[in-house]
Amino acid sequence: MSDEYNQKNTPIKAQSSETTSGSSGSSKDIDYVRPAELPEQDLYHGHSFITKWIFCQDAKVIGVQYFLTAVFTGIVGLVLSWLMRLQLGFPELVPFITAEHYYQFVTMHGMIMVVYFLTALFLGGFGNYLIPLMVGARDMVFPYVNMVSFWMFFIAVCVLMASFFVPGGPTGAGWTLYPPQAILPGTPGSNMGIILMLVSLSLFVIGFTMGGLNYIITILQARTRGMTLMRMPLTIWGIFTATALAMLAFPALLVSCIMMTLDKMLGTSFFMPTILQAGEVLSYGGGSPVLFQHLFWFFGHPEVYIVALPAFGIVSDLISVHARKNIFGYRMMVWAIVGIGALSFFVWAHHMYVSGMNPWFGFFFATTTLIIAVPTALKVYNWIITLFRANIRMNTVMLFCLGFIVTFVNGGITGIFLGNVAVDIPLSDTYFVIAHFHMVMGIAPLMVIMGAVYHWFPLVTGRMLSEKLGKWHFWFTFLGAYSIYFPMHYLGFIGVPRRYFEMYDSPYVTSATGMNEFITVAALIVGFSQLIFIYNIVTSLSIGKPAGKNPWKANSLEWLTPEVPPAHGNWGEKLPVIHRWPYDFNVPGAKEDYITQTTPPSEVISAEVEKT
Amino acid sequence: MSDNSLNNLPGGFKGMSQDMGSDQTVFKGVQWGKVMMWIFLLSDTFIFSCFLISYMKGRTSTVVDWPNTSEVFSLHVNGVPVPLLLIAIMTFVLITSSGTMALAVKYGYEKNRKMCGWLILATAIGGLTFVGMQAFEWSKLIHEGVRPWENPFGAKQFGSFFFMITGFHGTHVSIGVIFLFIYSRKVFRGDFDKGKRGFFTSMKSDYVAIEILGLYWHFVDLVWVFIFAFFYLW
Repeated sequence: MSDEYNQKNTPIKAQSSETTSGSSGSSKDIDYVRPAELPEQDLYHGHSFITKWIFCQDAKVIGVQYFLTAVFTGIVGLVLSWLMRLQLGFPELVPFITAEHYYQFVTMHGMIMVVYFLTALFLGGFGNYLIPLMVGARDMVFPYVNMVSFWMFFIAVCVLMASFFVPGGPTGAGWTLYPPQAILPGTPGSNMGIILMLVSLSLFVIGFTMGGLNYIITILQARTRGMTLMRMPLTIWGIFTATALAMLAFPALLVSCIMMTLDKMLGTSFFMPTILQAGEVLSYGGGSPVLFQHLFWFFGHPEVYIVALPAFGIVSDLISVHARKNIFGYRMMVWAIVGIGALSFFVWAHHMYVSGMNPWFGFFFATTTLIIAVPTALKVYNWIITLFRANIRMNTVMLFCLGFIVTFVNGGITGIFLGNVAVDIPLSDTYFVIAHFHMVMGIAPLMVIMGAVYHWFPLVTGRMLSEKLGKWHFWFTFLGAYSIYFPMHYLGFIGVPRRYFEMYDSPYVTSATGMNEFITVAALIVGFSQLIFIYNIVTSLSIGKPAGKNPWKANSLEWLTPEVPPAHGNWGEKLPVIHRWPYDFNVPGAKEDYITQTTPPSEVISAEVEKT
Repeated sequence: MSDNSLNNLPGGFKGMSQDMGSDQTVFKGVQWGKVMMWIFLLSDTFIFSCFLISYMKGRTSTVVDWPNTSEVFSLHVNGVPVPLLLIAIMTFVLITSSGTMALAVKYGYEKNRKMCGWLILATAIGGLTFVGMQAFEWSKLIHEGVRPWENPFGAKQFGSFFFMITGFHGTHVSIGVIFLFIYSRKVFRGDFDKGKRGFFTSMKSDYVAIEILGLYWHFVDLVWVFIFAFFYLW
């Protein structure tokens, strides 16, 4: 390595001149790749059980830790959703669920699923595992900080879970935690519950910042030789852009958490107007509740894309591998991801059309919201064109990808409804909204997560998951999810409001009852069908078919490690050298239907590869 | 690869985007830690921006008048109120400490261990002085009856925002001061010359760490300039 490696502070000029004069023999070589700019990474190798598996600095182990913790919280969120559905569908079966409980379930379900499950799973789980492998690094750039990041997340989860057991229970303010009601008596958990929630979110932000810095800098500064930005898998582009969004959006959440904590604990009035409670004027006064909404949604809208962009990236790679075809319009896909990310900071107030803000403000945000449909639609078209006349393998991974496209288009189209002020006002706070965001940022990213688990399980464990069980799992999940959320559009149109514990004697109660029962049954079936998935994972760990190297015949780097599953340091003696993008499938003139990223051009001289 | 000579490389924006998109690193020759600090500071900028924008919103929409800041923040010298006196000294001290920090970075790269160490110590003492004066100002205001939840001079949001934002900034300064003391000890001990491995991270020490700390310190000073302008001059 030493001759290939320039000193750290060598200016770029020296490297360029070396390409012309230094090694004249190799500069004409078609396999030429610029010499290494970076020294070998200094890694800490764990020796004991604790440093290898618990306080581990290996990004792969940290990724699995993130994954398991996130899945655990996700299961808690799932159980909460069952309880909510039981109350809505069969209230007489669950007399122990009071209105207060119901609001607490709603709140905790929402917060867990959005922040502690999806965000942590995509960025903490997949990000940690895949980034160093896919860009050809030995590990994250700051392994120690990365380890602390996970443990901060773990503490945040513990604090969140602790709020179930404090007096008053967890907060019941809705996942948006709008003040003033979130911190006033009358809302469940308005003492310890809300405080623990705010503390937990702040810890999450701190922990995530540590991880996020790692992801960004590993992608920007630690790629291997030949890995240009436009040769990175779209997974990495998605995770990178989502992390960048998170670094800029989470500050708003942190600030709103700090301010609300002060409102609660010190009696400041940042968000609290003058309030009469039971005939008495409270000491609050002069604050602005709408300010909280602006801060929250300045975080909250990019948060949607923090979840969606990694899903976009991952699904692009899965589709390309399992359709044996290059992803259509790679550069367009990259710019669409970046463009969606940038636009997501200019649309937040479309969550606030009914907050009483100036209507012209809503007009502006409706326009920006609809502009986001353009890059998003480009992505959908590109996925479909990638599938067009492709050599599709109809396996579980592909099924989940197709499921993603369908649910995403469905949820995206209802998003266009809700993006328009005039349409949104009658539909806001109805089940139409629930249907929309569960389709677009609940089910669609979940489909990708499940597809990704089927795809990368052989890499992580060295064994395949059962295809048969996988297909059962897919059909239960996909059809079940549709039977849950599709009828909700209708419930929304007839005006059933969200977050209501009971419908009482309202006029739509008769027509909604049957549908609510149906949705509840479907939700229970979908939830329980996840046991197939868990069973599949647990049994495949020991009896699954050994995967061997590169079972999907993929091109990207993570499958090309010397050992499968990859060892600490990922690459053995020598870092890989990259010659192409990861999408050279079915190239005319090539012997095999795939050309890995590390295959030098001289080995596939007759293939008509794209210049990347 | 034949047209790889410097003359044939594209210039201008195209050249820049090609350089940044090329393999291995986007920012050529910039250490990981430095990029990390820049991106962390970008994120931190958003935190302070959110605080200051909330402050502007709170100040413009409050129903009670905002107190007259040149009276509230004035210091009495021989019975004569002098507006902005304390804050001018605080700002001067903090900006001066930025100067000593920049010199410390320079001497660090020159491997001038003694000078580097003393300048970092001077920076730390400057920061400590700043925090001390801030504590003095807080206690003066608290003595006059200003609290996060109330304010005898006008809108109660004044106290809330003042204590929250200067407190958040003061926390940044205090963290910086702690690290400055730790680093000055490390420099005097020669950790950066020997490449001693970190206690927690087990990574080798390098003088670039001082520049990274310097970046943080300059940022904290820059933020103070904004807080100064928005609280004391508005």
